[in-house]
Amino acid sequence: MTLLEVKHLRTYFETSKGLYKAVDDTSFDLDHGEALGLVGESGCGKTTSALSIVRLLPKEGKIHGGQILFEGTDLVQLSDEEIRSRRWKDISIIFQGSMNALNPVMKVGDQIAEAIVLHEKISKKAALARAGELFELVEMPVDRINNYPHEFSGGMKQRAMIAIALACRPKLVIGDEPTTALDVMVQAQILNLLEKLRKELNMGLILITHDLSILAEVCDRIAVMYAGKIVEFGPVEGVFENTAHPYTERLIACFPHIGKEKIIPPSIEGIPPNLLEPISGCPFHPRCHKAIPKCTVQEPEMVKVGEKHYASCLRIGEA
Amino acid sequence: MKLKDFGKAILHNKLALTGTIILLFFIIVATFGPLIMPFSTMEFGEVEDLLLSPSFKHLLGTDDMGRDVLANLIAGARISLLIGAVATAISMIIGTLIGILAGYFGKGIDNLLMRFTDFFLVIPWLPLMMVLAAILGTSLWNIIFVIGITGWAGTARVVRAQTLSVRERQFVERTVSIGAGHGHIMFRHILPNVFPLVFANTVLVAAVAIISETTLSFLGLGDPTMASWGMMLHYAFEGGATASGAYWYYLPPGICVVLVVLSFTLLGYAFDEILNPKLRGR
Amino acid sequence: MTTDFAIEVKDLKVYFKIKRGLAEDLFSKKKKILKAVDGISFNLAKGEILSLVGESGSGKTTTGKAILQLLEIETGEIKFFGEEVRRKDKNFMRRFRQKAQMIFQDPYQSINPRNIVMDIVAEPLDVNHLVKSRKERTAKVKLALEQAGLEPAEDFYQRYPHELSGGQRQRVVLASSMIMDPTFIVADEPVSMLDASIRTGILRLMLDLRDSRQISYLFITHDLSLAWLISDRIAIMYLGKIMEIGGADEIIHRGIHPYTKALTAIMPTPGVNKRKERIVLPGETPNPTEDLRGCKFNSRCPLVHDRCYEESPELIEIQAGHQVACHLARELSRNH
Repeated sequence: MTLLEVKHLRTYFETSKGLYKAVDDTSFDLDHGEALGLVGESGCGKTTSALSIVRLLPKEGKIHGGQILFEGTDLVQLSDEEIRSRRWKDISIIFQGSMNALNPVMKVGDQIAEAIVLHEKISKKAALARAGELFELVEMPVDRINNYPHEFSGGMKQRAMIAIALACRPKLVIGDEPTTALDVMVQAQILNLLEKLRKELNMGLILITHDLSILAEVCDRIAVMYAGKIVEFGPVEGVFENTAHPYTERLIACFPHIGKEKIIPPSIEGIPPNLLEPISGCPFHPRCHKAIPKCTVQEPEMVKVGEKHYASCLRIGEA
Repeated sequence: MKLKDFGKAILHNKLALTGTIILLFFIIVATFGPLIMPFSTMEFGEVEDLLLSPSFKHLLGTDDMGRDVLANLIAGARISLLIGAVATAISMIIGTLIGILAGYFGKGIDNLLMRFTDFFLVIPWLPLMMVLAAILGTSLWNIIFVIGITGWAGTARVVRAQTLSVRERQFVERTVSIGAGHGHIMFRHILPNVFPLVFANTVLVAAVAIISETTLSFLGLGDPTMASWGMMLHYAFEGGATASGAYWYYLPPGICVVLVVLSFTLLGYAFDEILNPKLRGR
Repeated sequence: MTTDFAIEVKDLKVYFKIKRGLAEDLFSKKKKILKAVDGISFNLAKGEILSLVGESGSGKTTTGKAILQLLEIETGEIKFFGEEVRRKDKNFMRRFRQKAQMIFQDPYQSINPRNIVMDIVAEPLDVNHLVKSRKERTAKVKLALEQAGLEPAEDFYQRYPHELSGGQRQRVVLASSMIMDPTFIVADEPVSMLDASIRTGILRLMLDLRDSRQISYLFITHDLSLAWLISDRIAIMYLGKIMEIGGADEIIHRGIHPYTKALTAIMPTPGVNKRKERIVLPGETPNPTEDLRGCKFNSRCPLVHDRCYEESPELIEIQAGHQVACHLARELSRNH
């Protein structure tokens, strides 16, 4: 059975200016032990998608349609109580600034143990022992569980947060820009760690980032989001080597590639559409270099362009 | 926050709306009152007109000199509000200036100015005002001056704290890097960013200024030629209004002082809420 | 005296005194000092782009600010077209502030939210009293905005920063710097807060201005691939020292210093990597307040040996224009 299947998810925000369609008809899936990269510019709906899966949306946000099947169970239909018991145990999430979420006056080990006790009926002592094991897992000296957060560096705090996320051995971990605020070397360490853990524990990983270049090394598949929709979805090789959607093409070009020619690529002119207003045709057409008149009126559907590789562009298949 | 949004926020805030309506009422009365006043404040009555209780002729009765209390009250609104406004302005200017200078330059200047501020903050203001008023003599402008220079210390502290935080913001550093002088940075960049705070503080200082004026005048340190509400209370007390039960003489000015102070306090709370979005919705 | 160098920095040191608690102040005599920049030297030619690359705490931003006299300097020489910048008279400072500009990382923080675009862009003109009439001021602002790619300029005059996108804000900042016709710009991570899709537009703009006006840039970034893309030369910094400096391609493809090698090894590239085993340095950058003996990199260097704990390596030239601060530089370059 697939680990996670998101089908036609629609998550809208009710704002004073109207309905903001943050995620609009998004579908993707993930297998056990697989890593999926969710990439796109700010405001494209990638974080909202993640928050929808764990049902941690702010109070203005509501899931207006679609299914989120986790091993066959539709998370959208679960009560608040049921979803709460599944968070951490089945699915956990690591946020960008989550290292600042540690309580400064409590020992890190106690914080991890507290989280475990809340979810599993075990003693404080057993939970502390588990915290020690978790520290080993995230490659930190075990005696560090007796430290306070201020005695940790940024990278160590993020490791501790990963340890907390793994406390109940979830089947799926969602990382929302987990390395963005860290230095490049620490970022590489954390990504390596996530990759190692994923393989060791056979857990699914959804990595959300705006940095396309780090996905290639960590993920199996990539979903590119634009204006609340997935525009291209496929294996890393397919997306990078047989790019099907013009947006993906332009986005990849925006990252410098050492070893290739040293030219500054043109930026993508214009700004993403306002998600408060209805969009006519393909959401990318105003910025697209391949747009034809048809693109302004007809909304493209996802079509197959290769092995497990889909994209939504009207010009796919043209000679 | 833009002025338009600010106006909207005030209309939606019950505290602010009540405060604004009360204050506007008094400002209108003070401005146009003398035009509709039934009697002149200088119209002394005959013996039979002394301390008359309210009637259709004298809506709020007469005082111990036979003058119309309502007319005096309206004239007093003018003086009380004028003293409050000017004294507040003086306080705010001194407080803002000292706060910005201390926060911006820091180090020795900060230390010097803040110790000076502390001095004004801790000395008992009433005796100081009494001494100053006694030395300088009892004129309207002396009263304003005395209230003004004793009320700025709190503002200076608040403005200094805000200046310290604005000074660290990057646009200040950028302004240094394009060659701007201290004056330019303080008045073009820091002042606009501390201004909302100064504004919110103003109404609270104004409330204190009105009370100070009333207190000083009541104690007989006011300008005898300018009949403010405090002066009215003073005369009512001296004329034995309390002993003879002439409530119409001493109650109206007292109520007016309370209402004006209340309106400022309400506005103060409301500004705090509007300018600190974190408090909103609680 | 004229020179080809826009900027010459010689043995620059910037130290910060660390504030301590009362108890520490009373009982410990030694003052805690953070050596943010600890003796660096480099030159920047006219029209050249030099990137300072390093992690947080490497002193790259401090170097930029120190050159622009926005920080107090411990020791060192900084020359701007041959003239010593430090302790210069008011006249020189006025000229220097006009001709040497800084672009900050965060366009949301570096402009006053209460000013409109017109006043933000014209501010350098106002503070330096460079325009005589309203008309001249507007004309200059219009030109600057258009050069920064904000067209039609009239549409932007009255806007507040919060009404602009991140990219537009950074363009406003650029316009405000360009209005002074500068010859030297310190650009501190000018695109790191922006989405990838609009980054390249800002970079192109900077390069175009370099080409048309011969502006020299000191480009500060943590992103080595970005540095490679836009600069002529790259200097790799670590804990306040330059570890390696040389041509951009030279550093990326034939870097010698173990730290440079570690940085290039983890450089992400968009595209399919053959999942090569990445060598990632273990540990983290040590606290710069601690007094480090020998080479600053000794705690993390895979090639560390006894000498590295005793002696701090000097920059040595292993090829024309390529200098490395490592005791093993010659051996490593021979093996190349």
